[in-house]
Amino acid sequence: MFSEVYDRIAVIGGIYSNHLALEATLKDVRRRGVDAVFCLGDLGAFGPNPDKIFPLLIDAKVQVMQGNYDNSIGKGLTDCQCGYTDPRDNYFAKISYDYTFQNTSSQWKIWMKTLPESIRIQLGDYRILMSHGSPRQMNEFLWESTSSTHFLERMAREYEADILLTTHTGIHWQRSLPGDRHFVNVGAIGRPANNGRTEVWYTILESRNSFSAQHIPITYDHESLAAEMQAEELPREFIETIRHGWWTTCLEILPSKERKKGRF
Amino acid sequence: MSKEQVFKLLQESMELGVKEYYFTGGEPFMHPSIVEILEYTLELGPATVLTNGTLCKKEVVRKLALAEERSVYSLEIRISIDGYSPVMNDPIRGKGTFEKAMSGVQLLVDAGFLPIITMVQTWEEDENVLVYENFMSVLRNMGYKRPRIKIIPTLRIGAEAQRNRGYLNYEMVTAEMLENFDISQLICSHSRIATSNGIYVCPILIEAPLARMGETLTEADQAYPLAHRACYTCYMGGAICKNMSVEVSNVF
Repeated sequence: MFSEVYDRIAVIGGIYSNHLALEATLKDVRRRGVDAVFCLGDLGAFGPNPDKIFPLLIDAKVQVMQGNYDNSIGKGLTDCQCGYTDPRDNYFAKISYDYTFQNTSSQWKIWMKTLPESIRIQLGDYRILMSHGSPRQMNEFLWESTSSTHFLERMAREYEADILLTTHTGIHWQRSLPGDRHFVNVGAIGRPANNGRTEVWYTILESRNSFSAQHIPITYDHESLAAEMQAEELPREFIETIRHGWWTTCLEILPSKERKKGRF
Repeated sequence: MSKEQVFKLLQESMELGVKEYYFTGGEPFMHPSIVEILEYTLELGPATVLTNGTLCKKEVVRKLALAEERSVYSLEIRISIDGYSPVMNDPIRGKGTFEKAMSGVQLLVDAGFLPIITMVQTWEEDENVLVYENFMSVLRNMGYKRPRIKIIPTLRIGAEAQRNRGYLNYEMVTAEMLENFDISQLICSHSRIATSNGIYVCPILIEAPLARMGETLTEADQAYPLAHRACYTCYMGGAICKNMSVEVSNVF
């Protein structure tokens, strides 16, 4: 079940069509050196020209799994299954989804459909389970402030893993669980972490003597991305987030602690 | 329920791997130990209080703000207000309740909370956006810069069945409706409500005898058939009791 064994891996999530951030991330990964690179899905969304990311992922031999966005696009659904519940959030989610759907070539839509919904590997002695939202639901939001430790522990136990990796929320965090188990949200490289900084985040996981997960900020040419988004006539709100590092949409899904850390 | 009973349930919940905790009533702020209960809960996991807001006192709010600050978890306060003015709210919730609830909102906002205003939809579907926008501007005008509003569908049971109408014959969940339906969208697939009379399937059905699932959380950790008429509303609207789970409208 856990056939592949690694010592050091890079895991990225939430690319959201940000090909410039992906390029910069893959460059950083190469510089640091890892055994393998994984992507936890949500390849499209807020960003421009969605087709640009696929050759980058394939050239770098990234092992990719499906997020809710990729599941929707692959199946040709009418919405992203993002789990938003507020009218403003849904309004922007629709613009983003319709644009991404129209501008993704059918060859990549078919490819996305073939991606696995989870990945299991072995990192040293640790059994790793990678999911997009949570092991039990692709679009479940596991925020730091709304996931109790005993809940994460139960997930790890039920799904027979020592380390759970997720993305989906777009904000990186990690917590050690009793019994040398760990939960890590690897973050997103598609947009900043709602902290007023323009960097995006991915995670390097290592098992030498013990387990460690390091969240890594990536600076990239965000102004060029913003210009490209403008040329594609994407909403001003999405561009603002890239330029200033504060989320302007999809805010109502944030729990109060995470919401208070942002500006909007 | 006594403080000790609540603490015991919280202990049991940890063994079951419960993700988060909601406190409802009656009115949770009438409980003499509510602050202590929430302080303890926030050591274990995220907490949400569903209140009418009229008993939110300054000292209580201050203590809760401190408890949340100390915790890694969020404390959400949900206040039920059924309209953006006394004219709209008071006929449903009682004379003077709008002003009282809004002063509760003010206290919470001043203490740094982002309370979620919960409204039961007593208007037509196509007025959702208008009601939402009007309430947003009332809240912004009082200094609540990032207002959060949740509109929940009407459950046609109890007083509402008398006031307006109950469920029609066809408004029930059938076996066919559950084929290819994602049951995880419903609160009863992953939540239980603990009361002084035992554990029930969901907060809506605490007076329905068939909805009592046992004495302990462990006993109640099993599937529930969607046999009650009110299940129809959850089926149509999703897990309506969760903090942010119901679409207000697809049209902005």
